[in-house]
Amino acid sequence: MKSLDQKLGLFSALPVVALLGLAFLAPLVVVALFSIMPAKVFSLANTPDFSAYAVFVQQGYYKSLLWSLGMALASTAILLVVCWPLAYAMAKVFKSFTLVLTIAIVMSLFVSENIRLFGWVLTLMKGGLIEGHFRALTGIGFDSPLYGVPIIVFGLVYVYLPFMLFPLAQGIAMVPDDTRQAAYDLGASRWQVLWQIEIPLAAPGIVVGSLLSFVLAAGALAESKILGGQAVIAIADDIETAFTFGQNWPLGSALSMVLIVIIGTLALFGISKVDLDAIMGRKR
Amino acid sequence: MKASRLTRNVLFVYGILMIAFLYLPLVSVGFASVSQARYLSFPIRRYSTKWYGEAFESSTVSELLLTSLSVAVVVTIVSLVFAFFGALAFARYQWRFRNVFQKLILLPIFFPQTVLGLALLMWFNSLGIIPTWKTAVVAHLVWITPIATLIVAIRAYSFDPALEEAARDMGAGTLTVLREITLPLLMPGLVSAGLFAFLLSWGNFPLSLFTTGADSTLPEWLYAKMVSGYSPLVPTLGIMSVVGSFLLILFAFALVWLMRANKEARTAQD
Repeated sequence: MKSLDQKLGLFSALPVVALLGLAFLAPLVVVALFSIMPAKVFSLANTPDFSAYAVFVQQGYYKSLLWSLGMALASTAILLVVCWPLAYAMAKVFKSFTLVLTIAIVMSLFVSENIRLFGWVLTLMKGGLIEGHFRALTGIGFDSPLYGVPIIVFGLVYVYLPFMLFPLAQGIAMVPDDTRQAAYDLGASRWQVLWQIEIPLAAPGIVVGSLLSFVLAAGALAESKILGGQAVIAIADDIETAFTFGQNWPLGSALSMVLIVIIGTLALFGISKVDLDAIMGRKR
Repeated sequence: MKASRLTRNVLFVYGILMIAFLYLPLVSVGFASVSQARYLSFPIRRYSTKWYGEAFESSTVSELLLTSLSVAVVVTIVSLVFAFFGALAFARYQWRFRNVFQKLILLPIFFPQTVLGLALLMWFNSLGIIPTWKTAVVAHLVWITPIATLIVAIRAYSFDPALEEAARDMGAGTLTVLREITLPLLMPGLVSAGLFAFLLSWGNFPLSLFTTGADSTLPEWLYAKMVSGYSPLVPTLGIMSVVGSFLLILFAFALVWLMRANKEARTAQD
C-alpha cells in the first residue's frame, strides 16, 4: 500500500510540477539572467555586468520600491482592522449569512479588477456618482479624492479585501470556543481574550492573510495607474515602463529581481510556517 | 460565549455595508453604461441603450470576446486535468515529497502577476515563440492551475480512502479506480474549480497584458482605454462582461441543484 501511494503520488504530481517547472521556475531563471546583462540587449548572449542594478540605485528606482512597500504595508494594516470583526462574525456569529457573504465576496472577485477600479473612478470623480448627486441636491460641490496616495491605498484595501478576509475567518474558526469560554470564566476581560487567546490561536490565518495581501499589494499596478493617476509610481509600474517604453529588458529584469527577492523571501517564510493539512481540513 | 443580540445586529449591518462597498463601483459602471452622453457626468440626464447596440455590432468587440472566450475555455479544460491529479498528490496520496509539492503549488499564487507575465514574455522570446493568445493560456495556467488544485484538494481531503481500497481489493486496476471511484467523488470539487478557472481567466488582466502579443482580451482592451483614450464603450463592455460571468454562475448553481435533485429522486426510488 505504502509503495503504491509513493508511486501514485509522484505520477499525479508530475503534470503540475512540469507546468510550474517550464512556465514558472524557468522564466524566473531567465529574469535572473537578463538582470545581469548590459543595458538594452534582447538576448542572453552578452557578457554579464551588473549595470542594471547600479541604475536601480543611481536613478532613484528604490523610491518606487519604497512607495510600493509602504502602501502595501498600510493597506495590510488597514485590512487587518477592517476585516477582523467581519471574519470573526463569519466564523463564529453568523449562520446562513456567512454563506451569503462568502458568495457575494467571491463573486466580486470574478469581475476584472480594472472594471471595479474604474467604477471607483466613476463614483468618486468630480461630477461622479457621489459628488454629482451631492451637488445636484445641495448646490455645493467638493474636490474629488482621486489621484493621490491615500486613494491608492484605498484601492489596494478594496481589491485585496477577500485575500485577507477568508484566511482570517479560517484562522478564527480554528479558535476553540471552550478555550475562549474558559478565559472568560476565569475573569479575563474582552481585550485580554482578544490579545491572549484569539490572536495567538488564529495566528496561522492572520499570517496567511497578511502575507497574501501584502505581497499582492506590493506587486500591484492597476490601483496606482487607474485611481492614483500616477501621483506616485509603483515599482510594478516602473518595471512595465522599463520593458515597454524603455525597451530596456535588463533594467526591467533587475527591478523585477529586487521585487521577486523581497516577495519570495516573505512568501517562503509564510508558507513554511503554515500547516496546510490542518487549515484545509484534513479529517484523518 | 454567545454574542449578544446587539453585537449580532451590528455585525450583520457591517456585513451588509461590506457587500454594498464591494458592489458600489459596479453600480456606477452600470449607470454609466446606459448614459447617452459621450462624456459622462452624474446625475445622468438622458438614458439610452445605444452603446449596447454599438457594442453588439462592433467587430472589434466580437473579436475581443472570441479571444477572451478561447483563452478561458482552454485554460478551464487543461487546468481541470492538471488539478485533478495535482489535488490527489496534494491531499490523498502519502508520498515522500508531498510537503515540498504543497508548498511549490502555493508559490505562483503569491507572485505578482504583472512580473510573471513579463518573465514569461522573456522566456518565450528566448525560446523563439511569438506570443499569441495561446501563450496567454500558458500564463493563465501558471496562476489558475494552483488555485484549481487547492479547490479540488479541499474535496480530496474529505473522502475516505477506504472506498478506493475496497475497489482495489475487489480487483479493479488503478485506472478503473480513478475513473469509477475517485472521479465521481471529486466531481463537486471539479465543478467549482472549473467555474473558478473559467471566471478567473475571463476577468484576468495582469497576466494577459504582456503575453497575448498582437491579440487582445477584453480586460486588456478595457485597461488600455481606461488609461488613455477613453471610449464610451468601456462601461458598456464592462457590464456585459460582468453580466456574462454572473449568468454563468447562476447556470452552475442551477446545474448543481438539478444534479442534487436528480440524485435524491433516484435514491428515493430505490
